[in-house]
Amino acid sequence: MRVQLFGTCLVDAFFPEVGEATVKLLRHFGVEVAYPPGQTCCGQPAFNAGYRAESASAARHFLSLFSQGDDPIVTPSGSCAAMVKHHYPELLRDDPQLSKQAEAVAGRVYELSQFLVGVLRAHEQDFTGRGKITYHSSCHLTRSLGVRDEPLTLIAALRGAEFVPMPDATRCCGFGGMFMAKLPEISCALSDEKAASILASGADTVTGCDSGCLMNIADGLKKRGSSVRVAHLAQLLAEGL
Amino acid sequence: MSDHQTSLDFRANAARAIKNASLRGALRNATDTFGDRRGSAFEVIPDLDELRERASTIRLEVLDNLPAYLDQFTAAATRAGAKVHRAADGAEARGMIAALLKERGAKMVAKGKSMVSEEIHLNAHLEEAGIEVVETDLGEYIIQLEHETPSHIIVPAIHKTRQQVGRLFADRLGVPYSEDPLELTKIARQVLRDKFFAADAGISGANFAFAESGSLVLFTNEGNGRMVTTIPPLHIVILSVEKLLPSLRELPTFIRLLPRSATGQAITSYVSIITGARKAEELTGAKELHIVLLDNGRSEILAGACREMLKCIRCGACMNVCPVYRTVGGHAYGWTYPGPMGLVLTNLLTGMKKSHPLVDASTLCGACVEVCPVKIPLVELILKLRQRRVEEGYSSSGTNLGMKMFARAATVPGLFNWGERMARIFWPVVSRLGGKDVAGRLPRPADRPFHERMK
Repeated sequence: MRVQLFGTCLVDAFFPEVGEATVKLLRHFGVEVAYPPGQTCCGQPAFNAGYRAESASAARHFLSLFSQGDDPIVTPSGSCAAMVKHHYPELLRDDPQLSKQAEAVAGRVYELSQFLVGVLRAHEQDFTGRGKITYHSSCHLTRSLGVRDEPLTLIAALRGAEFVPMPDATRCCGFGGMFMAKLPEISCALSDEKAASILASGADTVTGCDSGCLMNIADGLKKRGSSVRVAHLAQLLAEGL
Repeated sequence: MSDHQTSLDFRANAARAIKNASLRGALRNATDTFGDRRGSAFEVIPDLDELRERASTIRLEVLDNLPAYLDQFTAAATRAGAKVHRAADGAEARGMIAALLKERGAKMVAKGKSMVSEEIHLNAHLEEAGIEVVETDLGEYIIQLEHETPSHIIVPAIHKTRQQVGRLFADRLGVPYSEDPLELTKIARQVLRDKFFAADAGISGANFAFAESGSLVLFTNEGNGRMVTTIPPLHIVILSVEKLLPSLRELPTFIRLLPRSATGQAITSYVSIITGARKAEELTGAKELHIVLLDNGRSEILAGACREMLKCIRCGACMNVCPVYRTVGGHAYGWTYPGPMGLVLTNLLTGMKKSHPLVDASTLCGACVEVCPVKIPLVELILKLRQRRVEEGYSSSGTNLGMKMFARAATVPGLFNWGERMARIFWPVVSRLGGKDVAGRLPRPADRPFHERMK
């Protein structure tokens, strides 16, 4: 099996180790990983700020890279997957050819945990885990893509680790993309509240499927002087192979 | 209207609210309680999604045929003995209500809770006209004593702790200090009871109205609603046009949804259905019933792309789960309606010029969409309003430029990667963009980006 990997801009610039963990995992399950060169951003920051034309430019660029073939497109981000899946077709609906491409691409895109569980059945294998792990259920992954159980199923496959739920796991961490820049005071208050939930869980590691949220959560924990580790689920799984 | 001139400063309001520890404590407690109760109340509904879908369909059908339903309502209510007035905007409604009261020499009005009356600043206008207005819903009474506005559409004094209410009552009513909610309720009840009987008129809103019979429906808990609508000789109802339902047959769907969504109750203490004024053979009810049907911008919303906002049944569930509302409270939104439904409705009713900053007041987390009993696509509507802000030129020139550069870079990988490289090299400077709470919260970019590692 072959997939096309969309690394996402945040992983590219800030968290390349998440991208590497994703590649390692996919290859472990016998998947050939193609990484179309020239990747930028899915366009979500512009889309969420109301800049349709600007986000459509990013969408067209994405389609020019990912429209070939019918391999699944896998990305380690629920938010970016939701953008491609739900917003591209709507964004490009006025252009008959592009909207057809957008529909096709939307049908091929998977968030990583969704692909690992739904297609590769990765949770049927044991991974080595350790410590107490809690999970932040990020908003677009959960509510837009509807991916609720897959990450928990994978955490359960981390043998040796204990899953400890945090209170209000589905409450927004306050990142919200541009939201953190537009209303930083609220964003900081929410990330502090999320940090408090994580500390209340008693976990030594917090994980999730979106680097943006995890980045914001790491800042909230840092401000509370916490030593809780923040790691993308791809990293925990790749470490446990 | 004078309050439409300058734009709301949501960020400054929010930043102030965040520093108010007692406000945040009160908000957290109350929204958590309502959220939990809502969850338990719906456990007994076997297919909630189907019920919400049905409610949404009913509301949409009403909106699709609103002019016809309004005519039907007007005819039926008139037949039942009510007088129906149509007001295009707040000024017209205020004028009508003041005139009705003055013609009858009314000096004092007992008022039931009505967000539409807040929307048109009715109390201030009546007071200017020399008419005393007494709010009789406990929460509304508290904020009236404090000279505040509601900060939640169901729980107007949600921002107040019981200690604050105790001090307020001791100050204004000269009663001994108490922080026992039961005792405070008793005090308010004693003061208000006399008002109901002394009032020359009662003014209330309504949760729904039936087009078929011209009836009005009120969901209430404290009993004050029944007093306001039945004891004074004159009852004036202010009703925004979108609140119609076809008939009594549709009510059960909303009885199941509204109290559960709002307060987590299976049903409110009272569900009152009022059809016309008191008839000769009846023992209770107002002798005269006037219904003011208020448009105030609804027809314009109905004709536009955000018409689904008018499905709203004002349950407040969206604000209880909204991370932004829970953190800053209702006053930060600067107008009548707060939270996700409030920011959309405020923007639509007051215009982009005044309320464009409100469209940022969402993380787009979608918690509101999950709980909305009539399936209003709030996230989609907020995105539409953000697009509208850009189109109408209310976004900042800095953001416009930034987005132009983003669009260029997103299509030219060399430029995008160059930008990443520059951010890394100049990180000590870049990390200070927007102050320590913006770029300063991001980690330093990696020395070797992912795309280089994939070569």
